[in-house]
Amino acid sequence: MPVTHLSLRNVTRIYAGAAPGHDLHALGPIDLDLEKGEFFAVVGPSGCGKSTLLDLIAGLSLASEGTIEFEGRPIEGAVPAGIGVVFQEDACFPWLTVADNIAFGMRQAGLGAEESQRRLDHALDLMGLGDFSGAYPAQLSGGMRQRVCIARTLVLQPRLILLDEPFGALDQQTRLLMGDELLRLWRDTGATVLLITHALDEAAMLADRIVVMSARPGRVLEIVNTGWPRDRDSRIVADSAFGDITGRLWRSLRGESLKALGRTRVTE
Amino acid sequence: MNRAARYRILLVAAAIVLIELLCRAGVIDRLTMQPPSEMVRDLVVLLASGSMNGAMLKTLTNVAIACVLAVAAGIAFGVMIHGHRAVRNGLEPLFATYYAIPIYAFYPLLIILFGLGDAPQILIGFMLAVVAMIVNTLNGLDRVPRVLMKTARIYRLGPVATARKITLPSAAPYLLTGVKFAVAYAFIGVIGAEFIMSRTGIGYEISFAYNNFDNKTMYPLIILILIISILINSTLSRWEALLMQRRSRT
Repeated sequence: MPVTHLSLRNVTRIYAGAAPGHDLHALGPIDLDLEKGEFFAVVGPSGCGKSTLLDLIAGLSLASEGTIEFEGRPIEGAVPAGIGVVFQEDACFPWLTVADNIAFGMRQAGLGAEESQRRLDHALDLMGLGDFSGAYPAQLSGGMRQRVCIARTLVLQPRLILLDEPFGALDQQTRLLMGDELLRLWRDTGATVLLITHALDEAAMLADRIVVMSARPGRVLEIVNTGWPRDRDSRIVADSAFGDITGRLWRSLRGESLKALGRTRVTE
Repeated sequence: MNRAARYRILLVAAAIVLIELLCRAGVIDRLTMQPPSEMVRDLVVLLASGSMNGAMLKTLTNVAIACVLAVAAGIAFGVMIHGHRAVRNGLEPLFATYYAIPIYAFYPLLIILFGLGDAPQILIGFMLAVVAMIVNTLNGLDRVPRVLMKTARIYRLGPVATARKITLPSAAPYLLTGVKFAVAYAFIGVIGAEFIMSRTGIGYEISFAYNNFDNKTMYPLIILILIISILINSTLSRWEALLMQRRSRT
């Protein structure tokens, strides 16, 4: 029996404009339920409010209407415990070494030295950063810096991990391999994962379920079940079902993407 | 050492040699300037005699006080007003024109207010230095990436912890630029003030030597000030380079 981990009811976000009548309706109303332990992806045309959605769930901004509940408790503009976030931009602290970056949240949470060290060593090992613990972020590649950010989130053992286009700045091969690592972490930690991405293939390869969002204001167009086994990796991109899923995603998304570009009709 | 640095040193050395030759040839007479080599010799003698220790201590102490106050106040004020658009819009034109004000014009007023002690000198140094620190703090804080501010909220840091652990470290290279300016301005302020009206300090000693045609004291003291400010500046620059090196790809 699946347990609901995160639920959104009638969630809407409207940004107040400079003058009356100039409000920007960015998102919703949206209803969503994430099951505990599932890998959930959100795809949508650019500007559809994907990042707004993440900010709302992370408690970084307040919904104009509707409620968001995490583990049965409402999220109301405060960052809830148990949620970890990885951003698209490089969020490493350039003045700290890799080890100090990863340990940052644990120090903040007042975790004991011994336990912190244990988790740090584990994270360094897991993310293949063991040889770089004393390096500064500027000395690392983009993919490695993103791994530092993921490790920094993981050591706090979040029960829900929000990822906002975490591989957006990486090249295709690195993205596939980072996808493998992400799947492995998801299986090992048992956390619920919410991945926001504009890459259809990324969503199709990684997620159990994928929600397709409409052009702004972002609403739920369709939810696609991928039906992948839990024990999967990037090799499924060669599976015929993979093409079917990306094809289906693109069919629902094509019109919306055109809208987002400001066109209503397909020019042949 | 790179080529530009070599040319730079060569240029300075050539200028010194030129002055030395002009002095020795009698083109520049002794009453105006003595040869640089003698200035250095006199400086060594002057320092060894210990007669300037009191003045040096006085000046360096006042510069240090002015500088520390300016850096602390500048950073604190910068952090405070950084998020307040209206306040900044009101103040920034004042900051931009601040250095057009000849601040020494206020010196008589400061003496009336604070007397002939150290306070007016420290205050002049502070007033010159603090705005450079504020401006550089604001500049540094403006450049903190938004994602780091979001990260601070994810870790549930309060305003003070956010400043201490995220914004100030992130802005550190710009703060250091501010500190460099603050040191330079504090020196200018304090020594300038000592020139005008004071009984002690290197500025006063230079002025006293000047009034008594005592070139054997005046020029060595000028060199001493140059050496001190160059030492401080290059130390800060080296620290700045270290910070930047950590942050740039190698």
